[in-house]
Amino acid sequence: MNLFLNQLINGLHVGSIYALIALGYTMVYGIVKLINFAHGDIIMVGAYTAVIVLMTLGWSAPVALLAAVVVCVIFGVLIERIAYKPLRNSPRISSLITAIGVSMLLQNAALLIFGAQPQPFPTVLNIEPIKLNGIQISFVTLLTVGISAVLMILLQGFVIGSKAGKAMRAASEDYTTAQLMGINVNTTITLTFAIGCALAGIGSFLFCMAYPAVSPTMGSLPGLKAFIAAVLGGIGIIPGAMLGGFVMGVAESLTKAYISTTMSDAVVYGILILVLLVKPTGLLGKTTSEKV
Amino acid sequence: MLKVQDINLFYGAIQALRNINFHVQPGEIVSLIGANGAGKSSILNAISGVHTISSGEILFEDQSIKKLPPFRLVGMGLSQVPEGRRVFAKMSVHENLEMGAFTRSDTPGIDLDMERIFAHFPRLKERRKQLAGTLSGGEQQMLAMGRAMMSRPKLLMMDEPSMGLSPLLVQEIFDIIREINQEGTTILLVEQNAQMALSLAHRAYVLETGRIIKSGAGQALMQDEDVRKAYLGG
Repeated sequence: MNLFLNQLINGLHVGSIYALIALGYTMVYGIVKLINFAHGDIIMVGAYTAVIVLMTLGWSAPVALLAAVVVCVIFGVLIERIAYKPLRNSPRISSLITAIGVSMLLQNAALLIFGAQPQPFPTVLNIEPIKLNGIQISFVTLLTVGISAVLMILLQGFVIGSKAGKAMRAASEDYTTAQLMGINVNTTITLTFAIGCALAGIGSFLFCMAYPAVSPTMGSLPGLKAFIAAVLGGIGIIPGAMLGGFVMGVAESLTKAYISTTMSDAVVYGILILVLLVKPTGLLGKTTSEKV
Repeated sequence: MLKVQDINLFYGAIQALRNINFHVQPGEIVSLIGANGAGKSSILNAISGVHTISSGEILFEDQSIKKLPPFRLVGMGLSQVPEGRRVFAKMSVHENLEMGAFTRSDTPGIDLDMERIFAHFPRLKERRKQLAGTLSGGEQQMLAMGRAMMSRPKLLMMDEPSMGLSPLLVQEIFDIIREINQEGTTILLVEQNAQMALSLAHRAYVLETGRIIKSGAGQALMQDEDVRKAYLGG
């Protein structure tokens, strides 16, 4: 029982990081119908930023977190403006290939600047784990799950309640009609990328606290898993990305505990295939039949 | 109020509009009628900036709007009810109306206008919390009209409001268009239902393959031999 609970908590820990990153995929897809394959590499950008601030400049962890968020947002917005915006009216395959290109560009630029050798991420929090009847919860886990939960609630409130959030939903449903309402869709898209990348920036910091090695290709795997989480939950649906992230994280850590460590990825991808076979729109996806 | 001068519009190599000239005066209802593919919707999309014209000039209140992006026009007082309603299906009726008022920030005024719209369309009030995608076709048309009215337009452009609606509903929609006009909103109406459009309009233009071939008072055009033959079934 204790093993199960411990693994469940671990699963929520990783899952909340996947969920934060998955939000960026799903929000961007919702509005521009683009799988932003460079999103995973934004994690790497955030991680190197944090390492530089912490190690080279020797500043504190909150400053490093803030710097990671700011740099991720700048990168995300610039990538959208330079690489994706000129292709907005092109076939979707062009932007998709461009996204893969941007991903390679970021990885190789990091390789040139920082080298292939992984760099250690310093321990920023040294607090004793909490023990409860044999269940051990590390402070980092509590912090990660807590921060993620708060961010998701805030995001959901923003998208449902605020004017900019409603504009975002309107634009993701019907780009042209949103413009006819007086919504500047370009600004809305920029805002979407900015929010997605800010979440990725926070996600990258939390990821590094859990897996403290920073390398040029470190973003690929969490990026891929977060993308799968977004698809699992129903791409374009914000609560779906959150749910997908948690399902992936929990499935992964339970497999590691009860089946085998090496099988965990296979099980996770297997779940994705199963869900897509039974419900192609994802867990929360709806096939909307619209009356005309 | 609106002057369209010599506009030409191309979709790739196909010319959709050829030297279109017309105008709308304050307080009028002006109809553009014509068959499928005559270029009616293209005219509205050219005015609202969804499509870019290759030559000509579009003046709204003596100001050139041909280079303005679509989202800028709403704030100037030009609003469009798009063809096929295009309501935001996954948003509630209330949220759809809020989107119509996107460019405004006077909350009391917005609330007041929403009540005004609910007075025109009581059925929308009953369904204000419902998702727009679950409404019937007629209700969606009403919502699309209400949404466009939320920006308090000086000129309201409507694209095929009768499309796919039962004759009874068409009558209801047209009655409401007349009411909106009498309250002071100028209307530019694009319609395939020539009978209804001509009986409602002060003036009308007849389009054929991207050209305006006839114009005149709505009633006069209804008597016109060619128009009767082509659009009114003899």
